[in-house]
Amino acid sequence: MKLIYKAPDTMTEKDTTYCPGCPHGIAHRLISESLEEMNLVKKTVIVWPVGCSVFGYYFIGTDAVEAAHGRACAMATGIKRVHPESFVMTYQGDGDLASIGIAETVHAAARGEKITTIFINNGNYGMTGGQMAPTTLIGQVTTTTPYGRKPEANGFPMHVPEMLATLDGPAYVARAALDSPQHIIQAKKFIQKAFSAQAKRLGFSIVELVSTCPTNWKMTPVESMERARKEVLPVFPIGEFRVIKGVE
Amino acid sequence: MGEKILMKGSEAIAEAAIRAGAMAFYGYPITPQNETPEYFSRRMPELGRTYLQAESEVAAINMVYGAACTGTRVITTSSSPGISLMQEGFSYIANSDVPCVVVNAMRGGPGLGDIAPAQADYFQATKGGGHGDYHSIVLAPHTVQEQCDMMYDAFDLADKYRIMVVVLVDGLLGQMMEPVEFKDWADVKSYKTPDWATVGQGERSNRNIITSLEILPEDLEKMNLKLQEKYRTIEEIEVRFEEYKMDDAEYVITAFGTTARIAKTSVNMARKEGIRVGIIRPITLYPFPYAVIEKRVNQVKFFFDVEMNAGQMLEDVRLGVNGKKPVYFYGRLGGMVPTAEEIYTAFKKQIGG
Repeated sequence: MKLIYKAPDTMTEKDTTYCPGCPHGIAHRLISESLEEMNLVKKTVIVWPVGCSVFGYYFIGTDAVEAAHGRACAMATGIKRVHPESFVMTYQGDGDLASIGIAETVHAAARGEKITTIFINNGNYGMTGGQMAPTTLIGQVTTTTPYGRKPEANGFPMHVPEMLATLDGPAYVARAALDSPQHIIQAKKFIQKAFSAQAKRLGFSIVELVSTCPTNWKMTPVESMERARKEVLPVFPIGEFRVIKGVE
Repeated sequence: MGEKILMKGSEAIAEAAIRAGAMAFYGYPITPQNETPEYFSRRMPELGRTYLQAESEVAAINMVYGAACTGTRVITTSSSPGISLMQEGFSYIANSDVPCVVVNAMRGGPGLGDIAPAQADYFQATKGGGHGDYHSIVLAPHTVQEQCDMMYDAFDLADKYRIMVVVLVDGLLGQMMEPVEFKDWADVKSYKTPDWATVGQGERSNRNIITSLEILPEDLEKMNLKLQEKYRTIEEIEVRFEEYKMDDAEYVITAFGTTARIAKTSVNMARKEGIRVGIIRPITLYPFPYAVIEKRVNQVKFFFDVEMNAGQMLEDVRLGVNGKKPVYFYGRLGGMVPTAEEIYTAFKKQIGG
């Protein structure tokens, strides 16, 4: 029999702790495939966040550290500055990155740290049970916005790549989505561009991945992908917001 | 050892750390220790080492944490309010078994307090400070020279036990100029990346993971027991203290850092008047030298603890004395530094003088 499809070698055999239908698995796969294709696996240190992917090092088999909530970009900076030969990336959710860790993220980007951030936006705090995140849409019901997110009470969703694209430090800033095969293929291209920005020492790189949270959205996986497409992507559009010369 | 150089304490400590092998500095400005990061910012690039001004103390300690995970000799320096911000990172560092050095030039608190010398972070430094059951080794120098010598010990202890070492000083030690003689340069070329470091798997057969997370209580308890085992070893082997004129002492003053230095003058005043008093000066605040306190309990009439706080080390002195003799206290607060005369007068009151 001819083997035509398998998990990337970099992904471990361990069962994930993710809910059924959660796109973290897709993101893990894209990262693992990209690290392998770009021959980066043995050089890689992944800085994992606090959130659903707190156990990420069980699933992607590289050297890894587990950061405090929101501090991944600071920790990655600490590693990369003393070990510039290592490939250092963070994997963070929207609460971790855009709320408690926004200062660390913005400053790592502004300094042009030669690190890469993969930013999972599922519009809520998944692990803690579905509270409002900085990325929660206006009107969206969460466990802490039971009447829907209201701008006068809860402010507005934050557009992280658009913000970071105003800085001079980032080499590559993009948003992709994980809702369809076509978007997933595109997401992998964006991830590889982000990795190449670091490999070429061009500066900070980040890819936001518009994801879903079937459990807390109280939807089936298919419904949640449809919601991402119809409701989230119009607010958080796919795009490359900053691409400096040399990024491929 | 080289020649004697006249240096300000806050710069000498940076030079000593550099000579002791500090390969990276991450920090954030805060008075009264700004000369220290400024000095690093000049010297580290000259030597091809890392200096980075972080966006906050929170970021700085997590950068230290990252560098520590690579097994690189790394340091940050700050002062009380900044150290409070770093406590989260300290706790993670403790349960990750990674080495680093932190200097706290203590200032008056609580809150924003002031920028004058204080010793009010004793509890925070010696009892953990952040969440969870942990300790850092805490060293308390009382002269600029001792502070410089101690930077070598700080890095060596950090590496030996894969632990955070705090050098607890104050603005007074930082601002005074004294002649110092530096020890030989550490041979940084001989440093190798340790086998536990997270720098990418490379040729290693296993991958390295550094985490303070262990979700199953039975496993987290094991992790904690391992930490406690490390602390017991440190308590057994690494206790340091100085006894000053204790041989014939009838009374003992306990004090650390700057206060101990001032109290030495008070002791000499007393000795001129024929009062036999000595000093026990803990050099490691954690591990605390309980044994020497216990040893002197029967020899002396009472203990007289002096600190620039409301009585923090006092609790450890009392633990050592264990109710066998009176323990009196004299403290100044909020950045006030006691004079030698003041300490002597307060001490004399207790002997009825």
